[in-house]
Amino acid sequence: MSDIFTIAVLVAVVASAIRLAVPLLLAALGETFGQRSGVLNLGVDGMMLLGAFTGYYAVLKTGNVWVGLLAGSLIGLILGLASAVIAVTLKAEQGISGIGIYLFGLGMSDLLFQKLVGTPIPIDTFPQVDVPILSSIPYIGEMFFQHSMVIYLAFAAVPLAMFVINRTTFGMNIRAVGEYPEAADTLGVSVARVRYATQLIGGTLAGTAGAVLAISLGIFQGNLTNGAGFIAIALVYFGAWRPVGVMAGALLFGFINALVLELKTLEIIPRDLSNLAAMAPAIITILVLAFAAGRFKAPAALTKPFTRGK
Amino acid sequence: MAILFAVVALIAAACSSSDDSSSGDGDFKVAIVAPSASNDLAFTQSIVDAVNVLVDNGSISEVAITDSTGVPDDAAVAIRDYANEGYDLVIAHGSQYGGSLQEIAPDFPETSFAWGTSADTFGLDNVYSYEAASDEGGRVMGIMAAALSQSGTVGIVGPIEVGDAKLYVDGFKAGVLIQNPSANVPINYIDSFSDVALASEAANSLIGAGADVLSGTAQMVVGAVGVAKTDGVLWFGTQANQTSLAPEIVVASQVYHWEGILEEMVTNVKDGKLGGELYVINFANEGLVIEYNDGFDLPDDVRQLGDAAVEQFKSEG
Repeated sequence: MSDIFTIAVLVAVVASAIRLAVPLLLAALGETFGQRSGVLNLGVDGMMLLGAFTGYYAVLKTGNVWVGLLAGSLIGLILGLASAVIAVTLKAEQGISGIGIYLFGLGMSDLLFQKLVGTPIPIDTFPQVDVPILSSIPYIGEMFFQHSMVIYLAFAAVPLAMFVINRTTFGMNIRAVGEYPEAADTLGVSVARVRYATQLIGGTLAGTAGAVLAISLGIFQGNLTNGAGFIAIALVYFGAWRPVGVMAGALLFGFINALVLELKTLEIIPRDLSNLAAMAPAIITILVLAFAAGRFKAPAALTKPFTRGK
Repeated sequence: MAILFAVVALIAAACSSSDDSSSGDGDFKVAIVAPSASNDLAFTQSIVDAVNVLVDNGSISEVAITDSTGVPDDAAVAIRDYANEGYDLVIAHGSQYGGSLQEIAPDFPETSFAWGTSADTFGLDNVYSYEAASDEGGRVMGIMAAALSQSGTVGIVGPIEVGDAKLYVDGFKAGVLIQNPSANVPINYIDSFSDVALASEAANSLIGAGADVLSGTAQMVVGAVGVAKTDGVLWFGTQANQTSLAPEIVVASQVYHWEGILEEMVTNVKDGKLGGELYVINFANEGLVIEYNDGFDLPDDVRQLGDAAVEQFKSEG
C-alpha cells in the first residue's frame, strides 16, 4: 500500500491524466460553444471518430503529423457544417439528429479504415516537446512540461475560449442566443449565423480531438474513441458550461482513470474489484453531475430551435 | 422517414463488413460473427484467417463475415439471420456471445453453431465450442520474456479477466516465474476489449513500474505496443502475428491456427454431426504456433528456452 504514496507514482498518474484528458478537453470545449448558443450536439463522438481516421490516414500518407492534425480539424469543420444545417436550418430534433451523426461517424470511419487501410499500420506520433527550463524542474517538469505540443495547445485553448465567450462581442452574442434568442434577434443578432459559427467551432474541435487521439496513439482501429465523445458532452454539464469547469472535469476524469490504472499495476486494487474500479470515473462523473444539477442553470434555449415570431 | 431508413441502412452496412467468396467447389456455407475488425491483428483475424484457409482448400464454398459487433445484441441479430439464411455452420467468435447463442441455437436444430472461446456447448447437439490453450503459449512467452528482462519486471496488459485472455495472462505469469522466481509480474486488466487509449496508459504505468518487457492480449493492445515501441521495451504478442506493429521490439507472437479444428467441425457437420463437442487448439495439434520476428536479434539461448518449452508441451500432448 505504501507504494502508492511515492512521488514517482504521483508524477506518473498526473502525466497520464493529462494525456487522457486532452481529447476530452478539446471535444468538450467545442461542445461548450455549441451548448452556450443553444445547440446540443450528441454527434461529438462520431465527429471525433471521423477526425481520428482522417488524421490517421493523412499521417499515414504524408508522414507529417501536422498535416494529419489539420486534416482531422477540416473533416470536423465539414461535419460541424452538416450539424448546423440539420439543427439550425432544418430545425431537426437535436438529440435524434446528433445520434444520427454519431452513427454515421462510427460506421463511416470504420468503413473507410477497412477499405483504405485494412490491417492496422502504425504511424508517427507527435514528438515530445520539453519546455525550456520548466521541463527540468524535478517532478513538476515531468508532470506538466514534457508533453507534445498539442497538449500545451489544448490547455492554452481554455483561456482563449473563456476570453471569446466572456469578453468579446461574438461571445456575448453566443450567450444571448443561448439564453434568449428572441431578444437577441430583436437586437439585430442573427441567431442562425451565431449558431452556425458555434457548430463550426464545435465540429472543428471534435475533429481535432479525434485526430489528436489517433496521432498520439500512433494507430487507428474501429471505434477508437470508445465513447469519449459522450463523456465530453457530460463534461460540459459537469463544467457548468464554463471552459475552466470543463477543463477541471476532463482532468478529474483523466486523473481517476490514471489512478485506477496505477493502483492495478501496483496490485493495490484486488482483481475481484477490478470491474468496480473501472467504473469509478463514470460513477464519480454521475455523482458530480447530480451534485451540480441544482446549482448551475443550463442555457435556457438549449435544444430549442429558433424561429422568428414563434 | 424514407431518408431515415436509408441512413440507417447505410450505417448498418458501414458498421459491419460482409465478405462473400465462393470457391465453386462443394456446397458448404460458413458465417462468422466476431467482435472486432477482420484484420485486427488479434482475436477476430485469427478465425477469419483460419476460415480462409478452408476456403482455399475447398472445404468451404462460401463465407460471410459480420465483424465489429462488440455489442452482443447486435451479434445475436446477425447469428439468427445467418441461421435463417441457411448457413451450414455459424461461428459466434466471442465469449460474450454465449447467452445469445444459448437462446438461438435451439430454434435452428438443423444448423450447426460454433462458439468460442469457451468450453461450454450448453448440452446442445448443434453447438460446438472451441478454445485455445493460450496458457501454453503464454508460458513459453513468459519464459523467454523473463530471460530477456534486465530489470526483473515483466508487465502484462489484459482486457477483461475472462476466456483465453485470462488463460494467456496466467500462463505468461507462470512462465516468467518459472524462469525467474523472484521476478515482479504486474498485471493490468483495463476492463475493456476496445479502449486503445487506456491500454496505452496501462503500458505506460507498467513501464513506470520498471517493466522492460511487456505482453498483452486482445485487440486494444495496439496502443500498448505503440508505447512499448516508443520506450524501447520488448513486446510479446498473441492471437495473431503482431510483428508488423513494431518490428523493432516485437520478439515473437503466439499465433492461433483454428483451421485444423474447423476442418474437423466441417467434416463432422457434413457427416451429420452438428455439435456437442469441445475442441481445443494447442501446441500438440499445431493449433498454436510461436512465430518469431526474424528481424529481432533474439539470443540463441533464449530461443532455445522457448523451443524447449514448446517441445515439452508437444510431448505431453
